[in-house]
Amino acid sequence: MSTPTTHPDPILLEMRSITKEFPGVKALSDVSLRVKVGEIHAICGENGAGKSTLMKVLSGVYPYGSYDGDIVYQAEVQQFRDIRASEQAGIVIIHQELALIPELSITENIFLGNEPVRRGIIDWAEARKRSVELLARVGLREDPDTPIKEIGVGKQQLVEIAKALNKSVKLLILDEPTAALNESDSQHLLDLILGLKGRGITSIMISHKLNEIEQIADEITIIRDGKSIETLNVKEDGVDEDRIIKGMVGRTLESRFPDHTPKIGEVFFEVKDWNVGHPQIQDRLVCKNSTFHVRRGEIVGFAGLMGAGRTELARSVFGHSYGRFISGQVYKDGKPITMRSVRQAIDAGLGYVTEDRKSLGLNLLDDIKTTTVSANLKKISRGIVVDTNKEFMVAEQYRKSLRTKTPSVEEGVSKLSGGNQQKVVLAKWMFTDPDLLILDEPTRGIDVGAKYEIYGIIQQLANQGKGVIVISSELPELLGLSDRIYTIFEGSITGVLNKDEASQESLMKLMTSSRKAA
Amino acid sequence: MNALKKLFGGNTRQFGMIFALVALVIFFQIFTSGRTLTPGNVINLFNGNSYILILAIGMVLVIIAGHIDLSVGSVAAFVGISVALAIRDWHLPWYAAVLFGLLLGALIGAWQGFWTAYVGIPAFIVTLAGMLLFRGFNQFVGKSNTVPVPEDFQYLGSGYLPEVGPSTGFNNLTVLLGLIAVAFVITSEIRSRRTAQALGAEVPEAWVMITKLVLVNGAILYATYLFATGRTGTSFPIPGLILAVLVLIYGFISAKTVIGRHIYAVGGNRHAAELSGVQSKKVNFMVMMNMSILAGLAGMIFVGRSTASGPFDGVGWELDAIAAVFIGGAAVTGGVGTVIGSIVGGLVMAVLNNGLQLLGVGADLTQIIKGLVLLAAVAFDVYNKTQGKKSIIGMMMKNFGRSSEIAPDETTSTKEVISKEA
Repeated sequence: MSTPTTHPDPILLEMRSITKEFPGVKALSDVSLRVKVGEIHAICGENGAGKSTLMKVLSGVYPYGSYDGDIVYQAEVQQFRDIRASEQAGIVIIHQELALIPELSITENIFLGNEPVRRGIIDWAEARKRSVELLARVGLREDPDTPIKEIGVGKQQLVEIAKALNKSVKLLILDEPTAALNESDSQHLLDLILGLKGRGITSIMISHKLNEIEQIADEITIIRDGKSIETLNVKEDGVDEDRIIKGMVGRTLESRFPDHTPKIGEVFFEVKDWNVGHPQIQDRLVCKNSTFHVRRGEIVGFAGLMGAGRTELARSVFGHSYGRFISGQVYKDGKPITMRSVRQAIDAGLGYVTEDRKSLGLNLLDDIKTTTVSANLKKISRGIVVDTNKEFMVAEQYRKSLRTKTPSVEEGVSKLSGGNQQKVVLAKWMFTDPDLLILDEPTRGIDVGAKYEIYGIIQQLANQGKGVIVISSELPELLGLSDRIYTIFEGSITGVLNKDEASQESLMKLMTSSRKAA
Repeated sequence: MNALKKLFGGNTRQFGMIFALVALVIFFQIFTSGRTLTPGNVINLFNGNSYILILAIGMVLVIIAGHIDLSVGSVAAFVGISVALAIRDWHLPWYAAVLFGLLLGALIGAWQGFWTAYVGIPAFIVTLAGMLLFRGFNQFVGKSNTVPVPEDFQYLGSGYLPEVGPSTGFNNLTVLLGLIAVAFVITSEIRSRRTAQALGAEVPEAWVMITKLVLVNGAILYATYLFATGRTGTSFPIPGLILAVLVLIYGFISAKTVIGRHIYAVGGNRHAAELSGVQSKKVNFMVMMNMSILAGLAGMIFVGRSTASGPFDGVGWELDAIAAVFIGGAAVTGGVGTVIGSIVGGLVMAVLNNGLQLLGVGADLTQIIKGLVLLAAVAFDVYNKTQGKKSIIGMMMKNFGRSSEIAPDETTSTKEVISKEA
């Protein structure tokens, strides 16, 4: 089998020339990965580069025999048949989509599939006792009997880690752990991973947030097009974000944002004294007296922590599609308008690209062309009959102009990468020819190259004289893209900064305080 | 094999269910020593199943929208008895009675649609209640009696195209219908080929199209021959005619109209549809209402065929219709399915039923076999989906309806390097 090697820095895991083929596609070819004991090892690569496939090979989702190459773990060649086998060896993977059951309590989730049993009966007292300990280790102060659905995503992520710790994990794999978290939750999670490292738990982390990787990783392996390109040592090689990007895309990106000279016109869209109640909870406001405006050709940023009410504000303006409308008035071109339904909002010239592409933005059963026209069927219909030829042509036109990467517009949207899906969603809204387009987290889960292209599209729209609102949790994105930024805290707009006066610090201050300082 | 692939649009699997149907017919034709494909039997097959197929048309829309309707049998029975009573007691002429039946169906549908769409009660519950409710109404208004209907109304369920024109040995109207169908198939195939070419999409070679046309038209002409040469007084049955018209209308609606798109959108992802401006409540309401109208129609055709309306009409129809839809490739979770697919699914069940009967297989074994076929058909589809391939049945049916299909097989493209200058 294998020859145990003595090494100054003992190797916990070595994946040797892993090749994994799917019918017609070589997802991984000759990928190698070495992870040292006790380090945090980041894997970087664009969407579709093969990161997740590699982790699935490692964790036994793709069993031994379905790939070529060797997995050497703790100096032995491993042949994992399934996830259970890899978990028994101490390898636990936490997926991007959390595997928790919303209706069950924290304790029940932690011990799901691993219940402590005494004489054939689950010993809940023991389970609860152990979950209190585990929650303390991950720094989560919650009653272990709380149902999962009642705690936020950030805390759910911690429960996942507690669940992994309970399985006496040696190698923890985190797939995009902070993708859905706000800044403070992310920071807490990163600190926790560092803390685990201190206790000898090795981590592999996949993330698109390069600043986080730079912050906590010891080594970085870059994968591109199913091949391992290089492994960088963060300290020795003096790695920074640009260096990582260069490895990921195979070239240097001089700027993360395309050049853009804004052509800003007069104010054409105003929302005044907007008050909206929470859809379920009486007396709770999600938007409090919000007033804002957008000029033609202007890109307006909305900054705020997750749950601050950015999405709620946008969706309630967009045809009252969220919450209970209480009061407020929208003006367009100086005239008051009412939009009580999404249809009316679209007809009034609004578009809204949701933050949750998969569950709110796309019908994953549809193909590209039906999605592209789905918000404006009227334009390609005669009477009630859809002209499928026009549909094809419209979709083709957007495929070309947005450079959507797909073999054809008849491809299902579920087969596209995140960036290309987002382009299809953008095409759908561009086809409605809106005057104001609201983009909620337009680059979430999208790789660097595609982000750049999406930014370019947003700027083009502004150049055409449309107003664009960008909601984003990534401050550098807002700073790079917006002409003006509103900050929102707990449902109130707490300030507005022009591009030249805004910085991460000044925004953060306004995003976390109830009344504006400046 | 390669030739076959070309013939069926790049993928032989796509035509699985049609192959199954053809294979089934040939199987029974051989093992019943030719008693399957006789004019009498084929006419019988259509007459005896047209109402289930009509229900399947409505049911597939309900299922695409993400619901289910368990009440169709009871609704059909209630409309049937009401129409029979209206003719007997109010002396309505047959056409007024039909109109009355459709209106009653619409009213019932509005009731169920209201609870489903606007109150938000799952259709399973609403129609389970409806199943009890309307069965009860049927027996209440009919006092659990059988009510006969006059002969002109019976024409709806058991009539045939009349004999007109010169005596040719064939039923002239049936022949005419067959020829119209052939002409329609040829022109539409050529037209879609032309537009595909004009749009720059890839089209199969000419011989592929010609072979396809020969096969399809051959089948149509053979069916025409069977229907046109039946026992004197029989020809293409009226229920079959109604069914054909409905298939055309609903096939068109589901594939080519705005409301059709909205049904698929709501079933595929209701939230995404709503945020694209689709009024999902209205769509759900209309789908449920439409189902009950068609259930009413099916009930009337059945009454016409059996010459009377009874208290136990339509028992179990909902399950036959639902089975047809699922064999035809619809998904339980909604968003997937086609009208033609459901008709083929229904025909598979019908041919199976009929063939086993001709073979003298008992009702017990017939049920066992039908159950296994349903399970196998759906399992086959699910298996293929989990293998990461497209749903065979779903895809093959797509050929008929929603698109002019050119499906590429690989998606290596997402792995391409971003070749954008920066």
